[in-house]
Amino acid sequence: MKATLATARQLGLVSCHDCHLLTHMPQIARHQAALCPRCGCELHQRKPNSIIRTWALVITAMVFYVPANVLPMTITSALGSTQADTIMSGVIYFMHHGSWEIALVIFTASIFVPFMKFIILIYLLLTVQFRSIKRPSDRTRLYRLTEAVGRWSMVDIYVVTILIALVKLGVLANIEAGPAAIYFASVVVITMIAAESFDPRLIWDALEEQHE
Amino acid sequence: MHQIACHECDLVHNIPPMPERAAARCIRCGCILFRSKPDSVNRTIAWTTAGLILYSVAVTYPFLAMKSGSIVQQTGLLSGIQQLYQQDLIPLATLVLLTCVLVPLLQMLGLLYIIIPLKLNIRAKFAIPVFRIFQHFKPWSMMEIYMLGILIALVKLGKMATIVPGLAVIAFGLLIFVLNFAISAVDTHMVWERLGDES
Repeated sequence: MKATLATARQLGLVSCHDCHLLTHMPQIARHQAALCPRCGCELHQRKPNSIIRTWALVITAMVFYVPANVLPMTITSALGSTQADTIMSGVIYFMHHGSWEIALVIFTASIFVPFMKFIILIYLLLTVQFRSIKRPSDRTRLYRLTEAVGRWSMVDIYVVTILIALVKLGVLANIEAGPAAIYFASVVVITMIAAESFDPRLIWDALEEQHE
Repeated sequence: MHQIACHECDLVHNIPPMPERAAARCIRCGCILFRSKPDSVNRTIAWTTAGLILYSVAVTYPFLAMKSGSIVQQTGLLSGIQQLYQQDLIPLATLVLLTCVLVPLLQMLGLLYIIIPLKLNIRAKFAIPVFRIFQHFKPWSMMEIYMLGILIALVKLGKMATIVPGLAVIAFGLLIFVLNFAISAVDTHMVWERLGDES
C-alpha cells in the first residue's frame, strides 16, 4: 500500500462522506451544492460548520447534564413510602447492597462517560481552533473512543424503562420514571450527534498549514 | 489500483488489489481504510436471516417475569414500550421503540434488500439511498445496550422478588452476536462499487 503523502484536499479531490468515492471537487458558486456522482450525497471537503455545530451541541448537552444528575431518575413507592433516586443515589444504593459491579457499570456509563465526552470534545475543539500540531494520532484515537463509547450511556435509560414496566404491583411496589430520565436521554442523544458532527480531519489540517 | 482518502485524516492512498481477509490501514492515523471480506454476500444473507428469526422471538416473547407472592408480572420489549406510552412517557417510549425495535429491524430488512439483489444480479429500486440510510443507522441500533439493561434490572430486582428470565432473553443474547456478525460481514466497499457500476 502506497500513500501519496498528500491529502485529498491538497490534490483538489473530495472523499464522499457516505460512500467514500474519491472524485474531483467541482467548482461551485455560493448556495450551490456538489453531489457525489455515485451515491448522490452532498460533497464537502470537510463536514460543514463542524466546529460551531459541535460546540453548540456540547454546550446544550452540558446544560441538560445538570438536571439529569440533580433531579430524580426513578420514584419508587413501596407499602406507602416513596423514595426518589437520582443517578448517583442509585449508584450508592448498589454499592451498599453488595453489588459493586453494577454500581461501577452505572457510574461509568451514566456519570463518567458523558463527563469524559464533554472533556474530550472540548479538548479536541480547542486544539483544532488553536491550530495545535501536537500528537494528532492520539487526538484522533481519542475521537474514535468517544464516538464508540458514547452510546453505552443509554443503559440507565433502559434499566429505568424495564423497571417501570415490570414493577407494577399497585400498593405493594411501584416504580415510576422521574423527571431526570428525559434530560439524561437528551444528553446521550445530543452528545452522540455532537461526536458525529465533529470532523477528525480538522485535527490534521493544522499540520498541512505548517508544511506549506 | 485505486485511490481512497482516509475518512479520518484525509490522506490519499493508492490501494493495490488486496488479498482476502486483509485490512488496509491509513499510514498516518492508523484508521482502517477498508477490509476485504471473503464470501461477503452469502455470509451477510445467512447471518441476517438468522437475525430476523431471533428478532421475532426477542420482540414478542416476555423477557422477564417477576413473582411476588401470587402476583406474576411479565414484561417483553413491546409490552414494556406499551406500558411507557400508557404512563404518558412518550419521548422515552419513542426512544426505546426506535433504538431497540425499529432501527434493528430496518437495518436487517434494508441489508437483505440490498444484498439479495446483488446475489441475484438484479437491480433493486432505491438501493443507493437505502444503503446510505443503513450506514447512518449503525450507531442508533442499541439492542446490546438494552441487553445490559435487562441484566442490571435482573440484579436490582433479584433482592425484591423472584425474577424468572424468559425465552426472549436467550434470543436477545444470541441476536446481539448474530446482528454483529451480519453487519461485519458486509463488505461496504464492494457494495458501493457494485451499486456504482450498475447505475
